[in-house]
Amino acid sequence: MSIMQLLEYAAWIISAVLVAWMVFDAIKVSREYPEDYLISRADIDQVEFDDERA
Amino acid sequence: MAETTVSPLEPEGPGRERHVHLARVLGPLHIWGLGVGIVLVGEYMGWNFAVEKGGMLGALIAAWVIGVLYICVSLMDSEMTSTMATTGGQYTQAKHTIGPLMAFNVGLFLVFEYTMLEAADANVITYLGTLIAAELGYTGSINQYAFIVLAIVLLAWLNYRGVLLTLSINFVITAIAFAAIVGLFIAVQASGDGGGEVHLGLAGQESNGLPYGWLGAFAALQFGMWYYLGIEGTAQAAEECRSAARAIPLGTICGIITLLLAATLTWYVCSALLPWQYLAGSITPLFDAAKTFGGPLTAVLAGGTVLATLASANGCINDASRAWFAMGRDNYLPSFFGAAHPRYRTPFRSILTLVPVAISFAILPVLLDNPGLLSTVITFSILSALLMYAFVVVNMFRFRSLWPLGSLERGYIHPFHPIPSILLGFLVAAVLIATFLGFGTTLLTLISFYFLASIWFVLFRYRYVRRGAQFTLPWPKPRGY
Repeated sequence: MSIMQLLEYAAWIISAVLVAWMVFDAIKVSREYPEDYLISRADIDQVEFDDERA
Repeated sequence: MAETTVSPLEPEGPGRERHVHLARVLGPLHIWGLGVGIVLVGEYMGWNFAVEKGGMLGALIAAWVIGVLYICVSLMDSEMTSTMATTGGQYTQAKHTIGPLMAFNVGLFLVFEYTMLEAADANVITYLGTLIAAELGYTGSINQYAFIVLAIVLLAWLNYRGVLLTLSINFVITAIAFAAIVGLFIAVQASGDGGGEVHLGLAGQESNGLPYGWLGAFAALQFGMWYYLGIEGTAQAAEECRSAARAIPLGTICGIITLLLAATLTWYVCSALLPWQYLAGSITPLFDAAKTFGGPLTAVLAGGTVLATLASANGCINDASRAWFAMGRDNYLPSFFGAAHPRYRTPFRSILTLVPVAISFAILPVLLDNPGLLSTVITFSILSALLMYAFVVVNMFRFRSLWPLGSLERGYIHPFHPIPSILLGFLVAAVLIATFLGFGTTLLTLISFYFLASIWFVLFRYRYVRRGAQFTLPWPKPRGY
């Protein structure tokens, strides 16, 4: 097995691990927190931002 | 801090009127790294197709004329984004100044511009890997799929884990890639090759400067976009800046100055070292120019090319996901995409959703064994950006008309309004005509796609848009309302 083949296998394995981690984490977060809490709100964020500047 | 806020690192339970928001951690250096990082790959490859269309002087004219276009874009974006400090950039501008249908289109332009560019970057990273392996003596074939997928997934993971680390890395690798161009320029000057006696790009017949006359220079305009395409992406990070009013104008304007320098230096060293006929068809012009020197500069420019490509893909993931996220939380897309991660404070679902889209477009040229498809993917990105710039002109006029100077606290006020807007309008029209001459079918296909998407939005999505919540900023009523 050449070095290039090893690198190819390593690339597939690293990609698979990272995708699995992200999908697992996204599912875990979605189950742990209510949807209303996760959905960001531009208007609320902006109010906070202005308060912080003031 | 207002009662409705919460530290996302200490989340409260269900039933509370609290929301996760994106982290406000970025400064001007990160904004510079984001804007210049997306673009600098265009200096390393792509700009030289302007030489094929218009010769060496045609490419220089394109660099400077399109430079004016992007100065206008940067000034206008700096004013509007530093005032509307929310994610979405030009999408948010359109939402506030025009209305939902235009905002939907601009949002879609942004997502396509950055996702297509990311796909092209991933494809090019693999190509560069093949080149480097060949330089090191490897003669076998390389499985491109594995490395395309790895590049996109690794950068998506980085983006998923947090914006501060992502853009800090982007700043560092972009600075190294820019320093490599400056280093090559200094080496060329020191060796005397740039002194004018042996300026290979212009050597030979007098007509080498403009081999196809002024029509060639006009046709070169579309490839002049490569020098600067993506600097407007700084607007996507507004909501994540510690002070958008300071960071966005400072980062964006320093970014466009850096790119104007990089474009001129790149043209100068390449025209000093390579004949225009060779330059016109080169895939990696700066690397090829460095190879004529040999020694450590070859390795430096090879590294610079890879870093610039990585920085571009990284910045594109950041920006495409922010545009998708902003549309999601306004219900222009399912609100599912408007979620922010409670720990990393990133738009995690948007980042994850766009991974398979980018991989699909990146592997398409390999899968169909048609390298020409790569240029089609890139053209989709460029044309989406051009259409978006046309709308920035309208945004700017409406913004100044609805909220005149003095009615709002602005982070930055761009000078000489309306001259930059009018100039931008003319230049965008000129580049669209030049692009139509070369990629007429692609342009019409893309416009048809956006037209069909608009019909879908009006018929099936508009009913979900919270029309009363369009003006999400605590501003005074616009003039005339």
